[in-house]
Amino acid sequence: MSLSASILLGLGTLELEVELDVRAGELLALLGPNGAGKSTVLRCLAGLAPIDAGHITLDETVLDDPVADVFVEPEARSVGFVFQNYVLFEHMTVLENVAYGLRARGTPKAVARRSAANWIERVGLTEYAHQRPQALSGGQAQRAALARALATDPRLLLLDEPLAALDAGTRSTVRRDLRRHLATFDGVRILVTHDPVDAYALADRVAILDAGRIVQTGTLAEVTAHPRSRYVADLVGVNLVAGTIGGGVLTTAGGAQVVIAEDLTGPSFAVIRPHSIVLVRDAPTGSSVRNTWSGVVGDIDHLGERVRVGMDGVLPLTAEITVAALEALQLRPGDEIHASVKATDIEVYPA
Amino acid sequence: MLGLAVIAIMFFALPLVGLLWRAPWSNAWVYLSDHNARTALRLSLICSLWATALSVVFGVPLAWLLARVAFRGRSVVRALCTLSMVLPPVVGGIALFFALGRRGLLGQWLDRWFDIQLPFTTAAVVVAQTFVAMPFLVITVEAALRQLDLGAEDASRTLGASRWYTFRRVTLPAIRPALAAGAVLAWARALGEFGATITFAGNFPGTTQTMPLFVYLAREANPEQSIMLSLLLIAISFAVLVGLRDRWFGRGNATRQSTLA
Repeated sequence: MSLSASILLGLGTLELEVELDVRAGELLALLGPNGAGKSTVLRCLAGLAPIDAGHITLDETVLDDPVADVFVEPEARSVGFVFQNYVLFEHMTVLENVAYGLRARGTPKAVARRSAANWIERVGLTEYAHQRPQALSGGQAQRAALARALATDPRLLLLDEPLAALDAGTRSTVRRDLRRHLATFDGVRILVTHDPVDAYALADRVAILDAGRIVQTGTLAEVTAHPRSRYVADLVGVNLVAGTIGGGVLTTAGGAQVVIAEDLTGPSFAVIRPHSIVLVRDAPTGSSVRNTWSGVVGDIDHLGERVRVGMDGVLPLTAEITVAALEALQLRPGDEIHASVKATDIEVYPA
Repeated sequence: MLGLAVIAIMFFALPLVGLLWRAPWSNAWVYLSDHNARTALRLSLICSLWATALSVVFGVPLAWLLARVAFRGRSVVRALCTLSMVLPPVVGGIALFFALGRRGLLGQWLDRWFDIQLPFTTAAVVVAQTFVAMPFLVITVEAALRQLDLGAEDASRTLGASRWYTFRRVTLPAIRPALAAGAVLAWARALGEFGATITFAGNFPGTTQTMPLFVYLAREANPEQSIMLSLLLIAISFAVLVGLRDRWFGRGNATRQSTLA
């Protein structure tokens, strides 16, 4: 019981190129910025978007393989899909919504309704069974959509941003409920989200999707410990510098040089934490600090007692300083500035 | 602005008032219960309902095709299928005659193989009415299909429903108001059909003489009766439009209207 997929699909400006292997019982979160292609991956898996090349195999059944000319229609796949905004059928009651999948597969009405009533009870919506979806709150609609998707007993469950449509107040409660309900499903589960909190709370493993490619997988802790994409670095709030190391110096594509303290060569990432950066007005001389870059002050964001100062230059960086330091330096956007970091404060790892 | 709008209202109201003013109210029942008039009315109702049914049966799949299936020349097909809306009906009738007439493009084969001659039959009335009425249903339903959230159809398919089941259980209920509105518009157009009917089906009492044809001829022989029957047709159409208004314009109305005072 597992899902194995290799998805290649051209989407105009975006080339989707995604490899996925998910075990039964595992919950994988596809995490990434908007427009990375997350939802499209789910649509491919469900058969709503045929792939250009590659294959999708669920439990040894090939669902999509353009080379072998195999394409299983969405209705013939054992897939449950919880859509963003839930897309409940508004002209049917909650019970009819949940019974829909079984009815569509030819289950007699009475049997389908009994099974649906069961599911509705499991998600705690019995008192709304005969109401229209419009009467449900966001969290209730999500549970109805989940019950509808699970009622057909799918082997693959796909959830597209299941918490995005909710307001912040109800979100954590709904997230907890969702976690409880997802725990009862033993097939393959894939969740799409742009919120790392969802991924952290619900998923066993995350895959970071950026610009159509998976740039990193692992537990959220593993992924955030060693960011491999701008997206994850921004998430964690660190500066990520990609480049090639030779002779103790990492050189970026833009030509900036970063002196490092570790013994490493070849393509690598360097992480520079904003609070380890020292900002000075005048270029330092005779310092033990190995790295100094100059640039121009960009955005200045206040975060309580701390201030994040962006620096644009050959090596764009974000530094974190105190409010007092900002006042002492009298920084304004556009000012020339120098940033220094000790080589020992820079973490590096192979790309 | 307001003044021009009032003139526009007068422009539409005045002809109606003119009819009401000249109407022979004392003899109303005599004219309305006249045997020939009732025959024409019955024929009109039957034919227009048939035309509406045919418009729905063929028009809904056509609207679906135009809204959902991307193919080359779709805009040309759409223009072709709605052409009869803007065509002078007489032209439509002549075109139908050369297509389905006894020596027409398709008509000659209908005649030779099945011994079917369409022109100057009640069936021809239905064909002529369907020809001019169906576009009203097609454009109404197509617009509704385009506005419909595709997510609902996707959701249905992931739940195991075939395209046809999805169409019946999800798409059709969602577009029902538009379908009803389109059907009523098509029916009203069919009921009032004159030009295509008289050219393609002729004017035979009992078989092809519908109300508009009867009213037109009565205008010479019995003007008072033609006024009374015109009022009857207006009453039917007006009742339908008023009844339709809530479905058709109802939703956006409250937000768009501005207070004059």
